[in-house]
Amino acid sequence: MEKLDLGLLKEIALLDGVPSGAYNIRKNGTSAGRFSTENIRIEPKTDKQGIDINIKSGTKGETVHIPVILTESGYTETVYNDFFIGDDCDVTIMAGCGIHNCGDSESRHDGVHTFYIGKNSVIRYAERHYGDGEGKGERIMNPETVAYIGEGSVLQMDTVQIRGVDSTVRKTKIVVKKDASAIINEKLMTHGNQLAESDMDLILEGENATGRITSRSVAKDDSKQIFRPCVVGKADCFGHIRCDSILMDRATISSVPAVAAEHTDANLVHEAAIGRIAGDQLIKLMTLGLTEEEAEEKILEGFLGE
Amino acid sequence: MLEIKGLSFSADNGAERIDILKEIDLSVEQGTFLVLTGPNGGGKTTLAKAISGIVQPTGGKIIWNGTDITNLSITERARLGISYGFQQPPRFIGMKVIDLLSLAAGGKKLSRMECCNYLNKVGLCAADYVDREVDTSLSGGEVKRIEIATILARGSGLMIFDEPEAGIDLWSFAKLTETFRELHATSNATIIVISHQERIISLADEIAVLSGGKISEYGKRDDIFPRLLGEGRGCEYMRKGN
Ligand SMILES: Nc1ncnc2c1ncn2[C@@H]1O[C@H](COP(=O)(O)OP(=O)(O)OP(=O)(O)O)[C@@H](O)[C@H]1O
Ligand SMILES: [Mg+2]
Repeated sequence: MEKLDLGLLKEIALLDGVPSGAYNIRKNGTSAGRFSTENIRIEPKTDKQGIDINIKSGTKGETVHIPVILTESGYTETVYNDFFIGDDCDVTIMAGCGIHNCGDSESRHDGVHTFYIGKNSVIRYAERHYGDGEGKGERIMNPETVAYIGEGSVLQMDTVQIRGVDSTVRKTKIVVKKDASAIINEKLMTHGNQLAESDMDLILEGENATGRITSRSVAKDDSKQIFRPCVVGKADCFGHIRCDSILMDRATISSVPAVAAEHTDANLVHEAAIGRIAGDQLIKLMTLGLTEEEAEEKILEGFLGE
Repeated sequence: MLEIKGLSFSADNGAERIDILKEIDLSVEQGTFLVLTGPNGGGKTTLAKAISGIVQPTGGKIIWNGTDITNLSITERARLGISYGFQQPPRFIGMKVIDLLSLAAGGKKLSRMECCNYLNKVGLCAADYVDREVDTSLSGGEVKRIEIATILARGSGLMIFDEPEAGIDLWSFAKLTETFRELHATSNATIIVISHQERIISLADEIAVLSGGKISEYGKRDDIFPRLLGEGRGCEYMRKGN
C-alpha cells in the first residue's frame, strides 16, 4: 500500500498497516485486501457493490475492520455492507472512510450499513470520516446506518467526523427490541463552507428498551449543521437525546429534535444546547496562562474528546 | 510585592454609571496571607478581577514585583505568577479533571499520583474524580474544590481565592483550612483569600475590609479581627431602635 493510503487508514481506522482479525479494505472501488476468520466471514455481494459480514453466534473478543479509501478524484460510489450477527457475541467493528481529493471533480462515498443483531450480543461500532487533499473537488460522504438490535443486545455506535468532509448527509435508523439498548455518540466538526446534516430515528420497540443519543458538534467559519434526532417509544422504555453544540464565527446550527411516545410508559427526554464558547471558560483558561487561541483549542479538544 | 495605587473601577449598570472600586490603595508584602472581607457587593470580586486582568480598571495602577501590570492581558499576568480562583467557576463539557489540573500545572500531563495529591488537599477522594468531566454532572461544591485545586496546581507567586468556603461541607472545609495553613507555612507565595469565615480569617497575617468600594479597615489580624467580631454589623435602621 502507498504512503498516502496508510495515512488515510491511520486517520479513519487508527490503524498502523494491516489490521489483525477479519478485515476488508476497499480502495477506489476495488478490494485492496480481505481476510476472514473462522468466526467472521466476509464475502463480496454478487448483485451490487459491497460485502456481507457474517458473525457466528458466540464470537467473542474479535475485531472487524472495514475501512474505505478514495484517492481517485472524481470517483463516486454507493456501497452496501450488511452485518449478520448471531447471538451471544462480543465484537468490535471499525468502519470509516477517508477521501483524498487532489483533483477538481467531486469524490463521493455513500455507504449503507445494515446490522442484523441477534440476542444478547454486545457490538461496538466505530465509524470515522476524514477528508484531505488540495484539489477544489468536493469530498462528499453520505453514510446510512440501519440497525435492528435483538433482545438483550447492546449496540454502541460512535461516529466521528472532524476534518475535511465538504458535505455529508447522515441517515440513521435504529430499532431496539425488548431489553436491548442503543448507545449512540456522535462527534462532528465542520469548517469552511461545509454542510452536515444528520437525520436519526431511534425506535424503542420492545419492553425495557433503552436508547441514548449524545451528540457534540462544533461549527466553525461559514459551515452549516442540521440535526434531526427523533426518538419513538412504542413500549415501556427509556430514551434520551442530548445535543451540545458550539457555534463559532459565522456558522449556523439548527437542531430539530422530536420525541414521540406511543405508549403511556415511554419515558423520553430531550436536551439541547447551542451556543458560543462561554466567556468565563476562555477567561478561566487564560488565568492559567493560556492565550485566547490556546484556550479555545483546549475547550474544543475537550468537548470533542479527541 | 503587590501594590495597588488609587485603583478605581466604574461600570454602567444600564441606567447610570456606578463606582464599584473607589481609589483603592493596598500593599501586600511577598509571603503575606491576607484575608479580604466585607459585605456582599462591597467590591471584593471586582478587585480580584482587576488584579488578574479580567476587568480593566478605569483609574489607578497595579504593580506586581515592581512591574506595572495595569495594562497587561490576563495571560501575561498569569505568566507573571498571578492566579485567581473564581467565586463561580465555569464548567467544561468533556474536559477531564486531570486535563484541567494539567493545564493549570503548566501544560504537561500530570500523573494520576500528582493529580490525586492536589485533589486530596481540597478534600476530594481523588480516585473518584481524576477521570470525571468538569461538567454539570459535578455538584457545586465539587466544582468549587476542583477550582481551588487548579490554583494549588499552578503554585504561583500570588494566589487569590474567592470565597473558597462557599458551598463546601464541614469535613472538606476542615481539610481546606489545613491546606491554606500549610501552604502559608511552607511557601513564600502571597495568598489573598476572599472570605467571610472566622476559621479562615484566623489564619491571616493581615485583614482588609472592603465596603462600598473602599478599604474601610486594614491592618494586622490581631488588631482588626476583634473589632470585626465586636461590631455586630446589621441593619442600621434596626439598630437605631425603630
Ligand atoms: N460589570 C458590572 N456592571 C455593573 N455592576 C457591577 C459590575 N460588576 C460588579 N458590579 C456591582 O459591583 C458591586 C460589587 O460586586 P462584587 O462582585 O465585586 O462584590 P463582592 O464584594 O465580591 O460581593 P460578594 O461578597 O457577594 O461576593 C455589586 O453591587 C455588583 O452588583
Ligand atoms: Mg464576590
